[in-house]
Amino acid sequence: MGLRKFLDDIEPLFHKNGKYAALFPLYEALDTALYKVNYTTKSTAHVRDGVDLKRMMIMVMLFVLPAFFFGMWNLGYQANTAIASGAGVMPSDWHGWLIGLFSSNNPESLWDNFWYGAVFFLPIYIVTFVVGVFWEILFASIRGHEVNEGFFVTSILFALICPPSLPLWAVALGISFGIVFGKEVFGGTGKNFLNPALTGRAFLYFAYPASMSGDAVWTAVDGFSGATALSHAFSTGLVDGKLGDLTWMQAFLGLQQGSVGEVSTLLIVLGGIVLMYMGIVQWRIVAGVMAGLVATSLLFNVVGSDTNPMFALPWYWHFVVGGLAFGTIFMATDPVSASMTNVGKLWFGALVGVMAVLIRVINPAFPEGIMLAILFANIFAPTIDYFVVQRNIKRRMARG
Amino acid sequence: MEGLISLLVKAIFVENMALAFFLGMCTFLAISKKVSAAIGLGIAVIVVQTITVPVNNLLYVYVLREGALAWAGLPDVDLSFLGLLSYIGVIAAIVQIMEMVLDRFFPALYNALGVFLPLITVNCAILGASLFMVERDYNFSESVVYGIGAGVGWALAIVALAGIREKLKYSDVPKGLEGLGITFITVGLMSLGFMSFSGVSL
Repeated sequence: MGLRKFLDDIEPLFHKNGKYAALFPLYEALDTALYKVNYTTKSTAHVRDGVDLKRMMIMVMLFVLPAFFFGMWNLGYQANTAIASGAGVMPSDWHGWLIGLFSSNNPESLWDNFWYGAVFFLPIYIVTFVVGVFWEILFASIRGHEVNEGFFVTSILFALICPPSLPLWAVALGISFGIVFGKEVFGGTGKNFLNPALTGRAFLYFAYPASMSGDAVWTAVDGFSGATALSHAFSTGLVDGKLGDLTWMQAFLGLQQGSVGEVSTLLIVLGGIVLMYMGIVQWRIVAGVMAGLVATSLLFNVVGSDTNPMFALPWYWHFVVGGLAFGTIFMATDPVSASMTNVGKLWFGALVGVMAVLIRVINPAFPEGIMLAILFANIFAPTIDYFVVQRNIKRRMARG
Repeated sequence: MEGLISLLVKAIFVENMALAFFLGMCTFLAISKKVSAAIGLGIAVIVVQTITVPVNNLLYVYVLREGALAWAGLPDVDLSFLGLLSYIGVIAAIVQIMEMVLDRFFPALYNALGVFLPLITVNCAILGASLFMVERDYNFSESVVYGIGAGVGWALAIVALAGIREKLKYSDVPKGLEGLGITFITVGLMSLGFMSFSGVSL
């Protein structure tokens, strides 16, 4: 156990009056990420469980990885297909240079696609991570709390929902807003009321709409413009069971343009099922979202509209295009910003589902609704809990 | 009918008094520490809005508007410069009357609302709703619906804020931001969530 010994040896340096006392949170985070902690909770109220917050967050990261890797491949696949068909050209900046160094642009080749995706996505992830860690450590050192693993999840989720062609300075700005105003200003993980990753993204979305939405940002090649599945749904609707050229199966597997994390509904759902089985993702929230989604889209199907083809889009299409699946499994279920009570979770989920479809269908300003739907439900989560608790109190009083 | 429903939805969500126009901020920030108090204030605002906006509408249409006094034989008189003064007067009077009526006939509700009723007189969301009504030229039925919608929207926002603030009691906010500072940030973030409705054209 050389590593354990090394960590123990350097530990005094980080203690009070040690050489690097200010960096103790960094040391603590590294140590507990690698080894089981050897102290127990001191205060009275706690649950005995092998899975603490740290392990929980690591599990979430682990099960988002399939979608992560597939999304990277798909990013390259979409881009290389666009280049091969002449719809766009290779970017002439450092991205293009780096891609050309190790691969060509053959959409049939696993490596070419993967490398293309990595060149675009990994810098976004690295910037998110480095900038986020900077804020975390800064706040943790000054305010004297530990660096929480919640951040690892926030950073990976934030990177996964950014458009692949987003400039890196915007990535840095977005994650800074998300971490500082979405979380740290309230005192860190567990004390905020909005999902930090979504707060950052929403900030970017309203501040720099041109780089966050539209038809040009989802495939990382120059001069490309291709309507996304959702903009097809808005302009023409389903034609022969397809949105543009996209079949349902393709959308389900993830062969569509979009941000890295959101494309493959299949892998997201698989990850989600495992997480739900482990009790990390709350199945009640997911069930609530599905119920709200199905009910609202059925309602729109029945009502119908002559001018807006989006009304006719069935719920199983809603679920596979855009970010709905990703948002449902990984964002809405954030244990901090969602409702806490069991009944409240169902209502909270239903609100997310209803709002997501509502924004998509009737709000022409925003093509995608899941991000704002979750933020909206986050606002009402504490109120939902309040009413659930009050009702319980009333029921028990009546029971006598 | 359809027009009235979309006006209602618009007044509650799209043009939310508190989170889209930031009106009525003083009471919004001051009485949002507890959900139960926020609900009481919210109901009071709904009731007052529902009454004052239509009454001001009548006042505007039959007395203040240019040519409104034609029924009294004065077709050239334009009293609209008295608008601001009259509306606030009407609001104050109605709140007073309502307080007395509630005290006499519905003591339970009166006690529940307590100090919030007189407070509402100075809530700018109430005056704001009347001024919007005039500016947008609503007719009587529209002004009833708009009054209800503006009240419900404001009530919804303050209850949500109170819910969040009850939760934030357990937060560890930096010293300088405690109290109102963090509440302002919270309200800002809330309106980010309410942006989901901006751009809906009904």
